[in-house]
Amino acid sequence: MIMEKQELIEKINAALAEEFEIDVEDITPEGDIKATLELDSLSLVDMVALVESESGVKIKGSDVAQIKTFGALYDYLTEHQN
Amino acid sequence: MLNRVVITGMGIYSCLGKTLDEVRDSLYTGKSGIIFDPARKEMGFRSALTAKLEIPDLKKQLSRSQRVYMPEQAKYAYCATADALKQAGIDQDYLNTHDVGLLYGNDSSADPVVKAVDTMREKKDTTLCGSGAIFQSMNSTVTMNLGCIFKLKGINLTVSGACASGSHAIGLGALLIQNGLQEMVVCGGAQEVNPFSIGSFDGISAFSVRESEPEKASRPFDRDRDGLVPGGGAATVILESYESAVRRGAPILAEVLGYGFSSNGDHISSPNVDGPTKSLQMAIKRAGIDIREIGYVNAHATSTHVGDTNEAKAIFNVFGEKSVEVTSTKSQTGHEMWMAGASEVIYSMLMMKNGFIAGNINFENPDEASGHLLIPAQTIEKRFDTFLSNSFGFGGTNSTLIIRNM
Repeated sequence: MIMEKQELIEKINAALAEEFEIDVEDITPEGDIKATLELDSLSLVDMVALVESESGVKIKGSDVAQIKTFGALYDYLTEHQN
Repeated sequence: MLNRVVITGMGIYSCLGKTLDEVRDSLYTGKSGIIFDPARKEMGFRSALTAKLEIPDLKKQLSRSQRVYMPEQAKYAYCATADALKQAGIDQDYLNTHDVGLLYGNDSSADPVVKAVDTMREKKDTTLCGSGAIFQSMNSTVTMNLGCIFKLKGINLTVSGACASGSHAIGLGALLIQNGLQEMVVCGGAQEVNPFSIGSFDGISAFSVRESEPEKASRPFDRDRDGLVPGGGAATVILESYESAVRRGAPILAEVLGYGFSSNGDHISSPNVDGPTKSLQMAIKRAGIDIREIGYVNAHATSTHVGDTNEAKAIFNVFGEKSVEVTSTKSQTGHEMWMAGASEVIYSMLMMKNGFIAGNINFENPDEASGHLLIPAQTIEKRFDTFLSNSFGFGGTNSTLIIRNM
C-alpha cells in the first residue's frame, strides 16, 4: 500500500524517535540522520532495518551512505514505494 | 605462596528476590519461585513449570546502544553485578584504573538465535535481524556486555560448563587470584528463562510434570521426585585477593578455601558417583581443612532420579552417615543451570551470615540413598562457618567450592 508522503514522514519519524529515544521534534528534514540519532556503524543497521519495516521499501546497501538527511530519506522512500 | 581469595561483594537477580535481603527472607521462609506458565503448554511443552522472573527494564540505567546487545540473561547479570560491585565498594573510577577481570558462567543464548532465524526465513533479508542479534546470540554475550558496560580491563571470558558453569567461573577466578594473575575478578553465572532455551530439554522428559502443584514440583532427594523445574536469573560475586581487600578497606565477607573439579568421562546426561566424589575430595584437600569443619553442604541435587541418587551416594562416600546438614536450594528455585553454581554460593552465604539453613522444601520421604543424609525439610537455626557447594553438569563436568565465613 502506497502511503502519502506526509503520512510516511510521520510514521517514520515516530518510529525513529521511539527506537532511538529522542523527541520527535528533534527530527527535521534538513537534520543529519547520523548526528540526530547518534548512530554508529552498528546502530545505522538498526535505523535501516526499522525504516524498511515501517515503509516497506528496501534501501540498497550502496544507497545508504548517500542518504544524509531526513529529507533525503523521505524522498528516497517515496521514490521507491511501489 | 598462594594469595588468599576473599569475597567482598554479592548481587543476585533471582526468582527468590532481586536484593540480598529479599532472597534471605525467601530462603528463610521456604518460599517457592515456581509457577505454571500456560504459554508453554500452547508451545507443546510436556511440562509448563518454570521459575517466575521478570526481565528488568534498564532504560534508566543504560543507554539504548548498551541495551541493544543484551539478551535477557545479560540484563539479569548487569543487575547482579551492579549490586555486587556496590557492596564491594567498587566505583567506576576504580574499574577505570585497575585490571579487574570477568569470568561468568553462561552456556546458551537461544532466544536471539530463534528470533534472527525467524526473521531470515520470513523476510529473506539479514539486515532486518538488527545490529543486536549477533552479540545477543553468542555464548559469550554476558561477558562481552558486562566487560563493555563496566569498562573492565582484566581477563574477560565466558565459562561454559553446563550446569556447573557458575561454580567453575568462581573456582577459576579464585585460581587466577591465588596465583597472582589477577587482583580482582567479577565472577558469576547467568541463565535465560525464555521457553525457547529449554524446549528441547523438556523434550527429553527431564522436567517434573507435577503441574497441578507448581510449588511442590521441585523436590530434590524426595522419594517421589519426578524431574527438575527450569529456572534462571543471574548471580555475581566479587573475588579479590585478601591483601587488596584489606588495602581498600573493603567488607570481607568470606574466603574461598577450595575448588575441586573432575570429569566423569562417562554418559552425556547420567551422572555417576566416582566423578562427583573425586570433585568433593579434591576441594576438601585443597581447602586444607578437617571435613568436620564443614557445617553445611549445598547439594547440586536437581530433583531428578539418577542425579540426586548418585550425588547422595557421593556425599555419603565423603561425609559418612548423617554427619552434616545437606539441602538443595533448587527445591525453592528450580534448576538455575548456568547460574546455579554462583547463585547457590550466594544462597549459602546468606544462610551462613544469618545463622540458618534453609529447609529442603518438599522433602517428605527419603529414598534409599538420601536416607543416609541429614536433610532438614524445614528451616533450622544453625550457625556454621564453612560450607561446601556442589555443581554438576551434562557431559559429566563437576565442580565443588568450599567457602569460609570471615
